[in-house]
Amino acid sequence: MHSLANTADDQLRRNLPLILWVLLGLVVIPVLYIAGVISIGTVNKLGRYLSFALVAIGLDLIWGYAGILGLCQALFFCLGGYAMGMYLAHHGGPEGIIDKTGWKLPACLFVVYPYKVGEVPGDAMVPWFWKPFWSLPNTIFLGLLIPGIFAFIIGYFGFRSRVRGVYFAILTQAITVAAQNFFTMNNMKFGGTNGLTRFAHICIARHPHGADVCQQSALSFDLSTDTVQFTLYLLTTMAIFVTYLLYCYITQTRLGRILVAVRDAENTLRFSGYKPYVYKLFAFILAAVTAGLGGLLYVPQMKIITPYNMGAERSILIVIFVAVGGRGTLSGALVGTLAVNLLYDFLTSFNQPIPLTNMLFPGGLTFAKAWPIVLGLLFLAVVLGYPNGLVKLPQHLLGKFKKAPDSDQIGAHQ
Amino acid sequence: MAMVEGRANTRISEYLLDSPIESRFSEEKYILFLQGITAVFDGFKALDIEALGIEHNELRVIIGPNGAGKTTMCDIISGKTRPTTGSVYFEGQNITETAETEIALLGIGRKFQTPTVFDSLTTYQNMELALPGHQNWFANLYSKISPEENNQILSILERVGLKNELHTEAKYLSHGQRQWLAISTLVLSNPKLLLVDEPAAGLTDAETALTAELLLELKGEHTLIIIEHDMDFVRQLDSPVTMLHEGKIMAEGTLADLQQNEEVIEAYLGR
Repeated sequence: MHSLANTADDQLRRNLPLILWVLLGLVVIPVLYIAGVISIGTVNKLGRYLSFALVAIGLDLIWGYAGILGLCQALFFCLGGYAMGMYLAHHGGPEGIIDKTGWKLPACLFVVYPYKVGEVPGDAMVPWFWKPFWSLPNTIFLGLLIPGIFAFIIGYFGFRSRVRGVYFAILTQAITVAAQNFFTMNNMKFGGTNGLTRFAHICIARHPHGADVCQQSALSFDLSTDTVQFTLYLLTTMAIFVTYLLYCYITQTRLGRILVAVRDAENTLRFSGYKPYVYKLFAFILAAVTAGLGGLLYVPQMKIITPYNMGAERSILIVIFVAVGGRGTLSGALVGTLAVNLLYDFLTSFNQPIPLTNMLFPGGLTFAKAWPIVLGLLFLAVVLGYPNGLVKLPQHLLGKFKKAPDSDQIGAHQ
Repeated sequence: MAMVEGRANTRISEYLLDSPIESRFSEEKYILFLQGITAVFDGFKALDIEALGIEHNELRVIIGPNGAGKTTMCDIISGKTRPTTGSVYFEGQNITETAETEIALLGIGRKFQTPTVFDSLTTYQNMELALPGHQNWFANLYSKISPEENNQILSILERVGLKNELHTEAKYLSHGQRQWLAISTLVLSNPKLLLVDEPAAGLTDAETALTAELLLELKGEHTLIIIEHDMDFVRQLDSPVTMLHEGKIMAEGTLADLQQNEEVIEAYLGR
């Protein structure tokens, strides 16, 4: 029979995914890159996928543990992303003007600036809400704070008035669509459909708001160099590990178990003296801040952020990552994100039509065109055939040889 | 009694004004008092109780046919539903409009008709969440349970025979075990007043007897309201019985009294 104390075996088993991830992310990939086996392009790609994984791990906490299907995770991601985007645009391409207050109008905003009738290009002004994003520490702080505040507002009113399940999913999706429309409008001065682009530097030095000054600074880094991209990859990987550790810790505390209890029987919990909305709010805000962190790290690696990134389908994609990897496992969010993205990457690298598809479609169907279908089939296959997700696969296969007690479910450990 | 503190004083005077039961002694006598409670759902009067007092450390059994309003009464006491009219007093405090979480923290614990436990949590974890004094959300990020609390959990689980299922997720427990777990968590949470809705449903005779024994043990220090259909079980509890019928109190007394009552026999017990 089990004892209450943790056995060393239990400890190892719980930490095994983490150890493997550390090895893979911080040792194997860098070594391969330095040895020249993989290109900086591949490293950059992995870095971007890992920033999606930050969103996925947050969704796993709220959906896999607390049972809240939030469909606005891509919005939180983009709030972080736009914060970083504004910072990078400030220090970006040279096009544009210096406005009357001495601020350099960012290139991407200059191109689509919504002039009022009678205004000439010289009248364009840097909007007030762009100005806090001049400095990097401010940007990072706001890129985490703003998603948190949004999550607080959505969660406070949603959870307090007991909006649950599919209603909450619809509510959050509607908010995401509204936000996407908002960011798409040129009038909102967020760069419209083009989004934020023409990035050039990450500039750590303090310097005036005029043009091009940062390019001469020793503390200014060219975004397109391999070293900077590699550093960004390492930062993303480390962010993932810290987040993963934090989430592992949280899910193993009493608070983590209360989140599971919220998923199982929220109403019963109230009669034990707990306020479910407080716990849901905590998880929802934490997930939003994590998604914001993902956005902050994604943008300098992708070098563009557009309203497309906060589309409704983007949030659903995150749900698919988590479902494929395995709900309520945390490591499943990472596995799922990487698996789906790498599959996408692999399949879309073929330019040839899929064999036999020319019988159905004139000229045949390439994998790139068929990707939504493949993704849909993958999702269906996981949900119907293997609801535990990919992370349970090795254990499942091993279990066929060795009959192990099935104790790796959520919260099975003390 | 002019010495009474301001807050307590208002409480008592409010209580006196709101309630026709004459004196402040009623507060001392009753832990729970339902005053003119009605609950109307879509024009159907599910509950209509003029006055019902439960004394401190009393064990009261509520019986009645299906639809008599037994569970509705529990819902109203625990704050799950709001009464259409009337007031609920708990220890002299009007809790009619209080939220269910607050009511639970005041000391009213509840076991639902269908045993509701947290399916994905193990037996032990279910018990852990029921421990009183751990409801602060932030403290739950770091607080650990004490060895005494651990022993308390283990001793209760041992009594109900769940000690071998410590690390079994609740969804894999049998119906009887889930009943036990639900009762165990309620006992562990140590409320002043326990609302126990059909504790014997789906249990074998031996299990029913043990349930009765457990509940009777609590009687000295806790107040219990037990809703039950099973007459054998009620007999084992050997306590005052209130019979509800069509939302109204039809009779009160010992089970033996009730079994003599023509009306009760007609409505419920059968001949």
